Amino acid sequence: MSTHAGEVPEPYGRPGGPPPPERPTLPVREPVNYLNVSYGTKSWLLTVDHKRIALLYMFSITVMFAIGGIFATLIRLELLTPPGDMVQSETYNKLFTMHGVVMVFFFLIPSIPATLGNFLIPIMIGAKDLAFPRLNLLSWYIYIVGAVFTMYAMISGGVDTGWTFYVPYSTHYSNTHVIATGLGIFINGFSSILTGLNFIVTIHKMRAPGLTWWRLPLFVWAHYATSLIMVLGTPVIAVTVGMVALESGLHLGIFDPALGGDPILFQHLFWFYSHPAVYIMILPAMGVVSELVQGMSRKRIFGYSFVAISSLAIAMLGFLVWGHHMFVSGQSTYLGLVFSGISFLVAIPSAVKVFNWTATLYKGSISLDTPMLYALGFIGLFTIGGLTGLFLASLGLDVHLTDTYFIVAHFHYIMVGGAIMGYLGGLHYWWPKITGRLYPETWGRVSAIIVFFGFNLTFGPQFILGYLGMPRRYHYYPPEFQILHVMSSAGASILALGYLLPLVYFTWSMRYGPRASANPWDARGLEWEIPSPPPTENFVGQPVVTDRTYEYGSEEGTTVV
Amino acid sequence: MSSPSETPPVVAHHPALRHHFDTMATQKDSSLLGMWVFIAQEIMFFGGMLAAYAIYRNLYYDAFAAGSHHLDVKLGTINTAVLICSSLTMALGVHAAALGKRKATVLFLLLTIALGSVFLGIKVVEYADKFHHDLVPGPRYSAESLHGPHGEPLTADVALHSQLFFALYFGLTGLHALHMIIGVPIIAIMAWKAGHGRFGPAYYTPVEITGLYWHFVDIVWIFLFPLLYLIPHHA
Amino acid sequence: MPEHAADPHAEPHDHVVPVGTYILVFLALMVGTAVTVAASYVDLGIWNTPVAMLIAVTKAGLVVSFFMHLKYSPRLYWIWLGAAVFFLAHLLLGTGADFLGHLFLNLGSPGT
Repeated sequence: MSTHAGEVPEPYGRPGGPPPPERPTLPVREPVNYLNVSYGTKSWLLTVDHKRIALLYMFSITVMFAIGGIFATLIRLELLTPPGDMVQSETYNKLFTMHGVVMVFFFLIPSIPATLGNFLIPIMIGAKDLAFPRLNLLSWYIYIVGAVFTMYAMISGGVDTGWTFYVPYSTHYSNTHVIATGLGIFINGFSSILTGLNFIVTIHKMRAPGLTWWRLPLFVWAHYATSLIMVLGTPVIAVTVGMVALESGLHLGIFDPALGGDPILFQHLFWFYSHPAVYIMILPAMGVVSELVQGMSRKRIFGYSFVAISSLAIAMLGFLVWGHHMFVSGQSTYLGLVFSGISFLVAIPSAVKVFNWTATLYKGSISLDTPMLYALGFIGLFTIGGLTGLFLASLGLDVHLTDTYFIVAHFHYIMVGGAIMGYLGGLHYWWPKITGRLYPETWGRVSAIIVFFGFNLTFGPQFILGYLGMPRRYHYYPPEFQILHVMSSAGASILALGYLLPLVYFTWSMRYGPRASANPWDARGLEWEIPSPPPTENFVGQPVVTDRTYEYGSEEGTTVV
Repeated sequence: MSSPSETPPVVAHHPALRHHFDTMATQKDSSLLGMWVFIAQEIMFFGGMLAAYAIYRNLYYDAFAAGSHHLDVKLGTINTAVLICSSLTMALGVHAAALGKRKATVLFLLLTIALGSVFLGIKVVEYADKFHHDLVPGPRYSAESLHGPHGEPLTADVALHSQLFFALYFGLTGLHALHMIIGVPIIAIMAWKAGHGRFGPAYYTPVEITGLYWHFVDIVWIFLFPLLYLIPHHA
Repeated sequence: MPEHAADPHAEPHDHVVPVGTYILVFLALMVGTAVTVAASYVDLGIWNTPVAMLIAVTKAGLVVSFFMHLKYSPRLYWIWLGAAVFFLAHLLLGTGADFLGHLFLNLGSPGT
């Protein structure tokens, strides 16, 4: 029952240790793996294999990303010229609302956890599957049901409240499909909760013998922190949008000032989840980047324990700062001061991560392959997004900048420049493991560079727009803003090309890409010790961990952190 | 970092052991932890509505007291007692399952179902009363049957805000009742499985986590009862 | 599995609680209910609600500790329960502080 004795140098990567043996890149007959073990639609739709469910999610969120992207395209097209000449304001309101709803709830939140997390967490900890495989499949179905409700709302006319569903507009004045969309988000919330629950139990209970907490990959640490937010934050948004749906349908008065209800209460409950939700989106990307930076600079991360604990610190602090979204809402000013202060604290663990990634690069043996390009892009863009976040956390400055394009630029730097760069970087890094095929490296680098420049051209000018006072959510604007809007729209088309490229060459590589070895990056971690693609059971025997993660054989690797 | 283990430990597999777990102990630990994490989630789920309750009760105390006084404290107390009894029978059911007493397990689980149904039945009677007095929030809502601390009719402001009390009363008790409606069939399945000898001292985790869920629902009611039924009028 | 080796609290939740304990807890819960109802008819001024909540917390503590076996369970369950209670408290505190700020500091009525 030995796993792969003889295939992997043990312990490997030590200075002067044996080099990893060559593997045949083109085996005569493909061994049985999770992809070819069974065929047919049923074998996919009824699968309980975490790797297949990850692929189901990957397919679904790609579709949702495309839909959200179409809305974004229409928005940027409209904003090319100052007058509102392509769509009416009602249509424009629906466009940015649907863009936000689809991208936030149906793409960004499930993106890394449900795909890469689902695929990698059991493998990284040496388990055969998640703790509750059937629950995992159920999560995907719940996600689909939620998506169907939202799609129904879209097809039958859309919703125009903004993704934040602020009351009383959403409950009393909007005659669009608030209830269906709200139900979609309510249902989708349970998918998120169950995924988080599954990860937590898996990480606690199913680690291989010897894999202590301080040996865990940082990707797993990041997902533990993410799951904490998913489990404890999501129920609040579920019950809140549930109340909005009830209020819209029955006019109970919970958020209606005419009946004594308070709209600010809605904002409190909404942001209690939706602020931590930002960390659901960015923490997994941080976990990915921690892996990428080490694998691509061939060095153990600088200050492992600080990076691990900073994930938990971000998750905890993230719950305490929601009021900084409400500085101009009529919230008590004194409370605003407190929220402003705590918001600054979040910068500390975030900066710890950025400094430690950068320090890891120092004297590393850096290879600028596609995943590394994405990771470096992430670090730069996340830093810009994070620092502009400090502007917005400052109570006084926020009064000037709130609800302008400065906010739009800031959160796109975090969510697109951060979360999506992390997702794409991780996808490239683990693509050979997931599919057993290599993607064309040159095209990968080209796409990473296009995405980076396209992104900055799209959202960089929006900082200036916002600072100059251009409010968000308007489909027409004074002519002096046009040059910046044209730059932004031009950048968006470049960005779109950057996103289409991976779609094309990933699809191509699934059939025509050269076969990948078990460890194409010569990286460290349990996932690189099993074949690509892995067998259904992941490990033939029970792996036993005898050393800490990321021993890249550098001098730092032997010091105790 | 890793080395292959020599041979897997030879264990006689329990039929309920799923393939991705090594031992029954790990499987049980995982299920229990899963249920506790789920309960943590439930606390936050009720928490959103409790926050709304806390705010409005402090803003509109008189309206909440007037609404609360219309609720039937006698029925509420009986229901609290019924639910506590059902928690006891549930605990005894799990206890019997742990000792492998098949008949006792089934008996206690059936008793739990009966008590849960009594609770829901009384809830229906109470809801019907609210419908009868037009106290269901919505277009037909009317505060005419409510009165102040000395039996006087409510002022217009208090009457208006009393609807918030009933919105949250129905929201909170409805959410609680929904949890019970989900719980009863699950206990029924457990009773059926227990009757067919699926459980024993080595494996009764499903009964145990069903018990955890049921006790949690009981705890929610322990808080809802004083919050909703027992708001005193300010002297 | 690692938590078995490391965590001395891993096993005891197979601890079988004697039936007598269950009965005692049950009686305590019943008494608690009676006390709650009785206390609501006594005018304690602003203390009515705190007293009711204190009794409720005690009752919940009994159910959690004995019926749900938390007393005999791994520390991990406590941590998760505690995390939920902590964040719930923070939700109530944060939203409550906003409204208290408006009520007591005369900053105008909330929402305006």
